[in-house]
Amino acid sequence: MSHLLDTPNLTDHDGFYAELLAAHKGLSEPESHALNAQLVLILANHIGDRQVLSEALVLARKV
Amino acid sequence: MPYDYQPFPYVAPPGLSRPEPRHRVVIVGAGPIGLAMALELANHGVESVIIDDNDVVSVGSRAICWSKRSLEILDRLGVGERAVEKGVTWKVGRTFHRDAEVFNFDLLPEEGHKMPAFVNLQQYYVEQYLVEAVQANDLIDLRFKNKVTGIEQNADFARVEVETPDGTYSLEAEYLIACDGARSPVRGMMGLEFDGELFEERFLIADIEMKADTPPERWFWFEPTFHTGQSALLHKQPDNIYRIDLQLGWDADPEEERKPEHVIPRIEKVVGHSDFKLDWVSVYTFQCRRLQRFVHDRVIFVGDSAHVVSPFGARGGNGGLQDVDNLGWKLAAVLEGSAETVLLETYDTERIHGTDENIMNSSRSTKFMTPADGAERLFRDQVLALAAKAPFARSWVNSGRLSIPCVYPSHGNDDPAMPRASRPGTVAPDAPLGNDWLLSQLGGRLVLLVLGAELDNIDGAEIIRPEVTDTIRRRYLGSEQRAIYLIRPDQVVAARWPYTDKTAIERAIADIWRGA
Ligand SMILES: Cc1cc2nc3c(=O)[nH]c(=O)nc-3n(C[C@H](O)[C@H](O)[C@H](O)COP(=O)(O)OP(=O)(O)OC[C@H]3O[C@@H](n4cnc5c(N)ncnc54)[C@H](O)[C@@H]3O)c2cc1C
Repeated sequence: MSHLLDTPNLTDHDGFYAELLAAHKGLSEPESHALNAQLVLILANHIGDRQVLSEALVLARKV
Repeated sequence: MPYDYQPFPYVAPPGLSRPEPRHRVVIVGAGPIGLAMALELANHGVESVIIDDNDVVSVGSRAICWSKRSLEILDRLGVGERAVEKGVTWKVGRTFHRDAEVFNFDLLPEEGHKMPAFVNLQQYYVEQYLVEAVQANDLIDLRFKNKVTGIEQNADFARVEVETPDGTYSLEAEYLIACDGARSPVRGMMGLEFDGELFEERFLIADIEMKADTPPERWFWFEPTFHTGQSALLHKQPDNIYRIDLQLGWDADPEEERKPEHVIPRIEKVVGHSDFKLDWVSVYTFQCRRLQRFVHDRVIFVGDSAHVVSPFGARGGNGGLQDVDNLGWKLAAVLEGSAETVLLETYDTERIHGTDENIMNSSRSTKFMTPADGAERLFRDQVLALAAKAPFARSWVNSGRLSIPCVYPSHGNDDPAMPRASRPGTVAPDAPLGNDWLLSQLGGRLVLLVLGAELDNIDGAEIIRPEVTDTIRRRYLGSEQRAIYLIRPDQVVAARWPYTDKTAIERAIADIWRGA
């Protein structure tokens, strides 16, 4: 088990960001929510590390 | 103090009294790009006539950020050192969300380059320096108050109709270079489409004069309390002039917003006092567009006439100077007959490649700053929120990715053991060379940079063998012990080898002139 990485780790993050927005293009708000939800589940499966996922949830909820 | 606009004198052109002989090159537009184009051609021994409908430098500062590559190009044209001396060199950028700093970057200029990463200098100074260099150059005939009103293409020349205060005349040129700006009348007269995206957003751009002891940094705010819900930028220029950009929203009325009674209170909120003078104010809508092709037989588009980008990221003027750099040696060779016209096709493909990269980066930044409702705004706002708690998200915050030259696609021979930063297609990195700089030895002609290798003379390229210093080793050799670099007249690496022979080098040289 490892810890959540919160330092830069993705090359071409600008490219990913553009692709992410493009994926939402033309979707209604509920469709966008659905896309985001699926994306979280897909990525969670890919990460495959419970500890990391719990830490990600904590970070996302932190105010 | 504000800039003192001195009109340049109009002189009645010879063509008004008798037909002029056909010129090699006529350049339409004496903005930074047209002026630089003429100087670049003159460096290759090519004469040109520049005509401009106006008789003063850029009104308002417009372009202020000049990149390292632009400064290197301006240096070859004789005004680089002047620009650096007058300009404000900066390297730190700070980004704020609401009123807290979320992220800052330091362009961390690597040691051992003649030119800094960025210099801020008002466009009117750059134009003034270029005009002075042009006027001192016997190969260039610069004509103010000469306006192009018509254009005609023929098989091997172009003709323009020109209007002056004393009447009209026509000019013929083997090549006409359109440097007539974003609204390009030449583009319009040729009926060419300008494709791309318009951002439904308005920005107030103002230069103010104020005395302040702020460091030379770029400050960018998302949703500051002094300008609710919008973005703002503050950037320092010489002469105590500061650039302020304020996002206004699409519904803002440009005529109203330009009025001092509206501008001044907005700026008071940015700087926190009223001890400043307005120097220049304008309201802009930004676009990212380009022509489908830059070369149209005998008419070639360069600079804003060929492509426009939104200014976040400073890619307009900087991109145009890279066009000039790319076209100069090619057009000179075609005019001299040492290359076929097909070489000009590579100006088209290479600069469209560079332009698309500039458009992509500028569009992304503009979108991040002015997100549409829905997913764009959702993600933008959440990147900002995450930036305050997770370091990775800070680099995702996009208020402009600053201009660096593109890497041209290249089939030139490569060696993976050598550094990526000097691979074929890149601009050769600078390095100190005794009291001089490597880049001042490259350029203008084909050069074979020979580092610790043996090589006999080769026709068509000049050999230089600098001492292999630590910096040169780091930037050019990597883990190799020796290298031969073939470098184009625009200082772009064409090919490199650890070992090679005369035949391979001669083939690579021939490939350059064939535009392969
Ligand atoms: C607010 C703002 C900020 C910017 N910031 C930056 C920045 O920081 N860095 C950067 O690199 N770029 C920046 N830019 C972009 C930069 O200003 C342009 O890319 C640059 O001016 C393009 O130069 P140009 O010579 O192609 O065109 P222009 O400067 O527009 O020059 C065109 C010339 O053609 C002449 N002309 C037009 N029609 C005719 C005709 N019919 N006959 C004869 N002459 C004619 C005009 O009088 C003019 O002199 C900015 C632009 C704006 C608006």
